[in-house]
Amino acid sequence: MARIIVDDVFCKGCGLCVAACPKGVLALDEERITPKGYHPAKLVDPDGCIGCASCYTTCPDVAITVVK
Amino acid sequence: MKGNEVLAEAAMRAGCRFFFGYPITPQTELAAYMAKKLPTIGGTFLQAESEIAAINMVYGAAAAGARVMTSSSSPGVSLKGEGVSYMAGADCPGVIVNVQRGGPGLGGIQPSQSDYFQATRALGHGDFYMPVFAPSTVQEMADLIYDAFDLADEYRTPTMILADGMIGQMMEPVLLPPERDLSTLPAKPWATSGSRMERKHNVINSLYLSPNKLEDTNYERFERYEQIKEKHQRQELMSCDDAQIVVVAFGAASRIARTAVRDARKKGIKAGLLRPITLWPFPTKAIDELCDGGASSFLSVELNMGQMVQDVRLAVNGRASVDFYGRTGGVLPTPEEVLQAIEKVAAGEPVVQSAEPGAVGSLLPHPKHRKSSYERGE
Amino acid sequence: MAKPNKALIKLPAYQEERIGTQIAEGETIRAARPHVLTDVVTNYCPGCTHGIVNRLVAECIDELGIEGKTVGIAPVGCSVMMYDFFNCDMIEAAHGRAPAVATGVKRVHPENVVFAYQGDGDLASIGTAETVHAATRGEKITVIFINNAIYGMTGGQMAPTSLPNQVTQTSPYGRDVSKVGYPVRISELLATLDGVAYVERVTCDSRQHIMQAKKAIKKAFQNQIDGIGYSLVEVVATCPTNWGMTPLDAFQWLRDNMLPYYPLGVYKDVVADGFATAADAALERAKDCPIAQQKKED
Repeated sequence: MARIIVDDVFCKGCGLCVAACPKGVLALDEERITPKGYHPAKLVDPDGCIGCASCYTTCPDVAITVVK
Repeated sequence: MKGNEVLAEAAMRAGCRFFFGYPITPQTELAAYMAKKLPTIGGTFLQAESEIAAINMVYGAAAAGARVMTSSSSPGVSLKGEGVSYMAGADCPGVIVNVQRGGPGLGGIQPSQSDYFQATRALGHGDFYMPVFAPSTVQEMADLIYDAFDLADEYRTPTMILADGMIGQMMEPVLLPPERDLSTLPAKPWATSGSRMERKHNVINSLYLSPNKLEDTNYERFERYEQIKEKHQRQELMSCDDAQIVVVAFGAASRIARTAVRDARKKGIKAGLLRPITLWPFPTKAIDELCDGGASSFLSVELNMGQMVQDVRLAVNGRASVDFYGRTGGVLPTPEEVLQAIEKVAAGEPVVQSAEPGAVGSLLPHPKHRKSSYERGE
Repeated sequence: MAKPNKALIKLPAYQEERIGTQIAEGETIRAARPHVLTDVVTNYCPGCTHGIVNRLVAECIDELGIEGKTVGIAPVGCSVMMYDFFNCDMIEAAHGRAPAVATGVKRVHPENVVFAYQGDGDLASIGTAETVHAATRGEKITVIFINNAIYGMTGGQMAPTSLPNQVTQTSPYGRDVSKVGYPVRISELLATLDGVAYVERVTCDSRQHIMQAKKAIKKAFQNQIDGIGYSLVEVVATCPTNWGMTPLDAFQWLRDNMLPYYPLGVYKDVVADGFATAADAALERAKDCPIAQQKKED
């Protein structure tokens, strides 16, 4: 099963990955704040991730690791 | 060989294999010589689109670890100021040759020393200096470029040869320095030549957004400057042992001053010549010693309106009188003019300037020359 | 072009603790930070497309296996700190002078891969001369040109590529072309020069466009490795902060306004035209000029 891991050190909460996800399974995590002060991206529906790496491709901060 | 050609030949013998430049009078022979010879010894001559591009190519080649130089004349050197500042800020060695002509602006193409300030004070923006060598003979064109490259590498700094159109165009016999064994050139572990995955990556940079970090790098650089000042002040002294009046002159002006000092001696005036070979660092120690030895007057003779005289004053620091005599715009003073100035100093009279060839007039031009063109009815 | 072996994708060492510990046994990494990127968080604003293009350059360097012989030239502008983001040797150039600095490096080490990364102010305004002449010399370097129609680092002034009527800090009433002239189309301009091997304009507003941009950047590097000639990839990019938009709205503005003015596509590709190098193409173009046809005796 595919999933992503977001590195809070890099994520700036821009939301481009959320918009790019074809399955709509990403969201910004309003509950958490990164060391730089952003709400990081989060996989909200782990079952929906197909590992397509669209989020990785559009992430300007290379904060996403895709694993399968 | 012409001075400019000698300089080019000696640079190659010193291990320089990269030259980036842009045509300008009166240094063209230098670039032409490089263009002809460098490709035959495995080097690169590249005529850049501008002086700005040329100096930035020098910066890139220096960053990549090469012995590299550029040459130009006064207006072109102004354009190089930006790149030289970056080279200083990023600690990149390289040699810049300025075969000076008259200024400001487009000025003229006759010999001048009007870029003394630019060379020793502010070639570019920021807090930096660079060693400046002033050849006065064709032989020195050869010797000093060799030293300029070595000093640049040793202290990781740009260095300059401040020549002038007279020495650049002059033909004199010369003993060329030996061919440098390229394997003896200093290693440059800091160079951005590709990490080959064998070391941490190198960065050549002059940007420090943290004021403290920038201050630290500047302090470190000025420590190197102090070492240069301590070890590399160079000058030639002539009849200075008992000199009361010391003429200070470099480059082309020193050749004229030399004759004038000899003539003054013939007239019984205890005159001597101090010829700075390094303009930065300025030979302050020699001036100190001359003051200690009883020199009571200094006369700075220059092909400008009085630039080096400021350094003479700083070095003398009130221990002796300091006067100036110079011609500008590409006009060379005659030895007689300089001798008259020495005689004025010897007589305790003010040394005065003239716009009239062959005459020692007043510090400001004679009133007839001071009139505006409107007043003269032109 | 060989696809990277996904099984070999490794986490950079600095992410082992943060990310590596979260990877379960049996899971394989499908996409991770390229090796040539450092552990430094960029100074780019959230949603800035510089970051995407930086990563594409990094991926190309990784996939071509050239990190050890790559020397990058950082410009002045938002990507001024790029030397902090890359593990290959890097030089920080003066504003606009990156092509000249790249020339110096490449002439000293022709075996190295030298790239310049420049924005529109750097490349198309203050550094136009350096750009045009490095291109016409056929300097075997790779240039990545970020065109986001604004000066980002200094706070949003009019750029040489700002669109007609675009409002910026220094064109507060909109770019008045009757007074300040028209935007520069760099790809079209450079495509006319004989030294140029390859020019393509791409963008990065979608996954498809980003993949296309990567292909172009990789080709621009490959051309240099193969000695074909000067290659430039213009990336039509956004500046959400200074355009005053969200990153997504900026993409829409880019599609609505930038792309019609700056059409995507290949503007020159001497290899696709059937030539081995830019020099061969230049020779053919000047076939009626006798002096240009003279053979050089080496």
